[in-house]
This record gives sequence, structure tokens and C-alpha cells, in this order.
Amino acid sequence: MTVAVDFKNVDIVFGADQAGSLAMIDKGATRAEILEKTGNVLGCAGASLTVHEGEISVLMGLSGSGKSTLLRAVNRLNVVSRGQVLVKDGDKIVDVVTCDQATLRRLRQKQVAMVFQQFGLLPWRTVEENVGLGLELAGVPEPERKERVQRQLKLVNLDQWSKKYAHELSGGMQQRVGLARAFATEAPILLMDEPFSALDPLIRTKLQDELLQLQAELKKTIIFVSHDLEEALKIGSHITIMEGGRIVQTGAPEDIVLRPANDYVRDFIANVNPLSVLTAWNVMRDSRDLEHGDNGWVWLDRRKTTRFKIDEHGLVAAAERDGKPAIWVSCADVEAQSEEAAQVFWANPGTSLKTVMLAMHRSQTAPVALFDDQSRFVGAIGIRDVLSAVLRR
Amino acid sequence: MDPISQFMVDHKIPIGAWGKAFFGFLTDNFDTIFRAFSNGLNFLLDGLVNILLMVPPVLLALVIAIVAWLLQRSRPLAIGVFLGLIFIINQNLWKQTVQTLVLVVAAAAMAMAIGVPLGIWAAHKPKVYRIMLPVLDLMQTLPTFVYLIPVLTLFGLGNAPGLIVTIIFVIPTAVRLTHLGVVSVPKSIIEAGEAFGATKSQLLWKVELPSALPTIMAGLTQSIMLSLSMVVFAALIGAGGLGTEINRALGSRRIDLGLEAGLAIVVLAIVLDRMTRIGVGGKK
Repeated sequence: MTVAVDFKNVDIVFGADQAGSLAMIDKGATRAEILEKTGNVLGCAGASLTVHEGEISVLMGLSGSGKSTLLRAVNRLNVVSRGQVLVKDGDKIVDVVTCDQATLRRLRQKQVAMVFQQFGLLPWRTVEENVGLGLELAGVPEPERKERVQRQLKLVNLDQWSKKYAHELSGGMQQRVGLARAFATEAPILLMDEPFSALDPLIRTKLQDELLQLQAELKKTIIFVSHDLEEALKIGSHITIMEGGRIVQTGAPEDIVLRPANDYVRDFIANVNPLSVLTAWNVMRDSRDLEHGDNGWVWLDRRKTTRFKIDEHGLVAAAERDGKPAIWVSCADVEAQSEEAAQVFWANPGTSLKTVMLAMHRSQTAPVALFDDQSRFVGAIGIRDVLSAVLRR
Repeated sequence: MDPISQFMVDHKIPIGAWGKAFFGFLTDNFDTIFRAFSNGLNFLLDGLVNILLMVPPVLLALVIAIVAWLLQRSRPLAIGVFLGLIFIINQNLWKQTVQTLVLVVAAAAMAMAIGVPLGIWAAHKPKVYRIMLPVLDLMQTLPTFVYLIPVLTLFGLGNAPGLIVTIIFVIPTAVRLTHLGVVSVPKSIIEAGEAFGATKSQLLWKVELPSALPTIMAGLTQSIMLSLSMVVFAALIGAGGLGTEINRALGSRRIDLGLEAGLAIVVLAIVLDRMTRIGVGGKK
């Protein structure tokens, strides 16, 4: 995977005494200490993060945690005090911190587009004039501009509204204009600074879904700032949690939920519904950890209610439940199965925990087996595994 | 007098003398330049007045009413403008009104031409604004009579010094309102412009000025109103027009003449104010 944006030890300090503040950062001083000593505000310190192409990388944190500050370093809306921000520019890599004005402008016009929390639309311009802003600034000739703008407006379902003024639209529509404006430049990297925070929950969910749909098609590299963990878990392929200007933890969504790095992260995830992130893979016990009996029999649960006979290819040859032969069926068909039949459900690693729980519910808390793509047995989930994952114990 | 005050009075800082010396220096060395400038300006203003006076008054009033309609697209306004001007013709003050109109429009236009760029500059450089601020305060609060004197010695009598005095008085408003308009451009849209790669001049022309336009237009309206309030003073140093009539009425205690000329100024003020309210009323 190619790297699209690479933050390397980025420090951002707002204020006059840059050198003094940087020295304090090196000694590990907190934001409050730096403010007291130098009067400068620490934006972020020692931030290193790699964002790969096609990824949605979410920067998370409470307000003032430095997440927006770090995001805005990518197109130099915030000036980096020390460190590098490497951005892919075609075949080259450009350090945004040190590049000249002409390069920066080209990056902003062609490589990196941005979507703002407060939309940032020009109220005296119509929707289509707003969407065309980036192209206009880049000097794209009018016929081509018109054509590209119309295409983007269709993409976000606003083609009926192109002649309206921005302020005549609802908040959700205005942000769609913001999205279209960013897409219109065809920049491969998209910066989104809490784009949906100013919208009401229903519209927010809708726009998140639309963004994911568009992303499946367009495959942009998106850096997304959010203070809403549910949002981050929903759209992020990677999540970075920040506190007081420093990165606390980076990882896949389920890493954050299952293995929070410290109390700050733990507090963050305290109210998150684990069912919305966890998959069968996250909670299963590996087959090697299960209790093996004679003749290839393996107990799926600690209570020894259910066991599989595994052949030499790793496939299931026979199943037994409460001492009686049973059949094994996929979780995908859980709704179709009668509750009485002696059956053992199986799932794939990617199956959501919710589906696994439903299967357990249907089978009187019987364990659920996990098969890989070749239908080989890889592990099992017992009721205790589910409970400990949900309770985070 | 107590000794401390006496000491201070004895060592008076000779501000008046310095000022006098400064203007003496200017008149001694650059008199011809100032006079030539003044004569040229007088020629331009008088020429413009004469051209406008060649047009039959009712026809000119009709043209102004049509301009009002073109600017505001409002029929009642155009009719109101026409009736107001007919009233002035009826009061036999047309010539003076045209003189005043030319002076006021020229002063407001010049003040905007100088004030808007200064206001933009000040909005971009807070330091410049801090230096500019006391100068603007001085220009607005120094009693008008005080700077009538040096302007009179430099430029002589006539329309030109009247125009210059008016411009000095009006520029601060143009600067301040432009400054206000540009500094109140929402940060979010400036950042949007920057994030999409605007150059400094693109940012100014495509983001800042359109956003500040309503405030700048309010500055234009204010400039015209303030110019009108200066016509009476400008008349004291020889600028013709309605101000002259009012001064004459004051000198000869003619209530009737004062009332007529005063009402003509009010009518002119209302006409100009309503005509130049572009983008202020909130309608697109």
C-alpha cells in the first residue's frame, strides 16, 4: 500500500516563543505548563502518523485535543513548528512544511481538498458557483468547469439546486455542496474537519452513509476529524486518538475498543456499543486453545456440551451436541432455522458479534464455531467469550 | 498664577508656530504647484457643472430618476426621486443644487477611491491600522474651521478647496467601513479560499471584497451623506451651491431663503441615500 500522507514528529505551537516551547516539548511538558511558562499554545506535539492510500483515517479526541490542528497541517492552514508532513503529489513526495508557495498552491488546488465543519460556502454565490470554486481558482476554463461541476452535483443529488444560493439550502444540503466542491477538484486526498458535527443526528447518519458509498466508488484518501466515537468507528478504517496535543493510540477500530491504551481512551469508549464494532474474530478462542479429546474430537465450550470431529484437512467431519449427533449450519441462515433441531451454528471471522449472539440465542446458548474461507475450523465462541467482550473484562 | 503653571506657560510648546511655519514653507516653495492643481480642479468641476446645466432641468431630473430606477428597480423610488427634483426646480434652486451635487458626488467618489484601498490595507495589517487610527480620529474630530484656513492659504478660494476639505472629512468613514467589512469576513470562508489554493489577489477579489461589499456600500452612502453635511462649510471658502445660499441667508437673516435651501439639501440627501443603498437592504 502506498503512503498518501505521512506525519513525522509534527510539533505545532501557536505563539511567538517557538524555540522555548519546542525545548519544553522535548522535556515532555504538558500544554498547561507550556502556556504558563511561554504564553504559547501547544497545538500538537510529536505526532507521527501514516495514512495509506484509499484509507479513511479518523483523528479523534475531545475539543482542544489537537486533532483539527494536526489535520490542518496537511494543507498548511496551520504552520508546523517542527517536523515533516509528507504528502504524495503524483509520483513525488512533497514536504508541505518546507515547500514553496507555488507548490503549496498546486497541492491545495489539485491534490488536497477540504470539507469544513461550518461548510465555508460563499453566501453570495450559487450552489454551482460554490462547487466550481476550486476549479476557478486553479484556472480551469469555464466549459470544462461547468461540465465537472454538473457531474459532482449529480453525484451528491443536488443537480436540481444548482442555481440556488447556498444560504437557501438546509444544513445537510449545504454540506453536500461542501463535499461536491471538494470532489470537483478531483484531489485524491480529502481533509474533513468535523464535517457532520453541525448537522442533526438523522442527517448526520445519512451523510455518513452517503460518504461511505461515494468512498467505495471514488477510493480517496480521507483524513477525518471527529469527536464522536460512534462516527469514527462507523467510517474509520484507522482511528487515532489524541489528548492534549499528543497521539495516545492508533489502530483499527476494534483494537481501540478491545485494547484501550489508557484511561482516557477507556473513558472514550465507555459509552460505545461494542456490538457496533466487534466481529466474531475479535472474541473467538483459537482452536489450539480449545480442549482436544480422542480421535480428532474438539470441545467447543468449557462446559463440554458441544464437540466437533475435525478431519486431517481441518474440515468438520461430525458434530455432537449434548451427546447426540447434530448438524452444523451457517449463522447467515439463523432466521430460517427452527429452534428445536439439534444444530451448531458456524460463522466467518468477519461476522458481526451481533449475529453470533443471535445464533447463540436461537440455539439455547450453544457455542458458535468459526470457519475460515475454506470452511476449515479455526476456533469457537462460547457464551463467556461474548460476555467478557461486551463487558470489556 | 501659581509658579508651576507659570513655569509651564513660559515654556509653551510652540505647536501653532510650527504649524504656521510648515504651511508657510509649503506656500513659499510650492505655491505654483498648489495653485495649478487648484485651477485644474476648478476647471474640471466648473466644466462638469456647466455641462449639466446645459441640459434642461426637467430632462436632467428625468435622467436621474431613470438612473435611480436602474440602480434599485423600484418604481415608487424613481417617482419619488423625480418629484423631489421637481420641487427643487420649483424653488428656483436648480443651479445651486447641480453645483452641490457635482461637489458631493466628486468628493464621495474620491474619498472612496482613496479610502477603500487604505481600508483594505489596514484590514490586512493590524499594525498599519493602529497607526492609521489616530490620524483618522484627527481628521474627523478636528473642527472643520481649523483646516479651512490652511486649505484656503494653499489652494485659494473656489470649488477645489471645498472639494479637498470635504474629501479630508469623508475619507475616515470610507476607510473605517471598508476596514470593518474586510475584517468581518468570516474566517471559515477565508480558510475555504486558502484551502482551495487561492492566491492573495484571488482571495481579495473572490472572497474578501464580495463578502465585505454590503459594508463598503454602506460606506459609500455614509460618504455621500457626510459630504452633503460639509457643503455649508465648503461654501465658506468659495465652493458654490446650496451652501452659499444658506450662508447668505444666515448673513442677512432671511428665514425664507434658509428654509428653501435647507429643504433642497434634505431632498438631495434623501435622493442620494436611497439611490446608493445597493446590497444593504438584504435583497439580492
